[in-house]
Amino acid sequence: MSLAPHRDEAGDRLGMWLFLFTELLLFGGLFLLYGVYLARTPEDFIRAGGELDLVLGTANTVLLITSSLTVAVAVSALQKGARSLTLGMLGITVLCALIFLVNKGFEWRAKIDHDIYPGSKRLLAGEGGESVFYSLYYLTTGLHALHVLLGAALLGWVGFRIRGGRRDGEGAVLENVGLYWHLVDLVWIFIFPLYYLIL
Amino acid sequence: MSEQRQTHIIGYGTLVLVWVLLLLLTGTTIAVSRVDLGALHVWAALGIACLKAALVIGIFMHMRYEGRLLRLSLLTALVTLAIFIGLTFFDVLYR
Repeated sequence: MSLAPHRDEAGDRLGMWLFLFTELLLFGGLFLLYGVYLARTPEDFIRAGGELDLVLGTANTVLLITSSLTVAVAVSALQKGARSLTLGMLGITVLCALIFLVNKGFEWRAKIDHDIYPGSKRLLAGEGGESVFYSLYYLTTGLHALHVLLGAALLGWVGFRIRGGRRDGEGAVLENVGLYWHLVDLVWIFIFPLYYLIL
Repeated sequence: MSEQRQTHIIGYGTLVLVWVLLLLLTGTTIAVSRVDLGALHVWAALGIACLKAALVIGIFMHMRYEGRLLRLSLLTALVTLAIFIGLTFFDVLYR
């Protein structure tokens, strides 16, 4: 007599979503702060936001949207039993994540070179709203970049598990890590217009 | 065997279509941001962002195919967030 291992896929996903809701509230709080200070000092925010690099911001948006696609394809492919397609898609996703982080690094580097960082002489001498804008910019994009780093590491780990032939619940693990990755994309979908596109 | 499949498999074509829509919406939001709409601009940008978010949550994150429990949980989380933001602005804007 052998029993098939009990799996509760719906329960697995519910647990992941409950965690994602806490992430939603975490980033929601930062967006709330952004909204309040935008309402208080709109001119300062618009001037400060105009200095961000729209080309790099757009490139990173395209990278994250594309990596969200490749993760979604990886999940479908694993469900269909197409392992090598799954692994290929995961590889592309991790690559997109790394290029995103390199771009982010260049962006921060350029800003810091222009003496724009929390507590810098230029921001202390300028308008208060600009200083708040850049504090929120570094905090929000920094927290987001940490999520990108963690997401990429988890995707890599899942990839090695699948390549190693692990079968027990690997679909659920990939789905949940995939959900985490989509959340990273979701947060950026709001960061991009608020920080880069503001008039 | 009456056990129902718990997971819906989404076809590659649908996923690629969503990706194309997301790219088009990104282009639209950049184009709109170059037009002077005044205060309307923030709402246009947020509206497009919400549309993109709905696509990601609905298709990429499979929410369209989930059961009532998960959809109601998501609704609860979003309404909670909206109440937070709404009440804060009620205070900030009319103080």
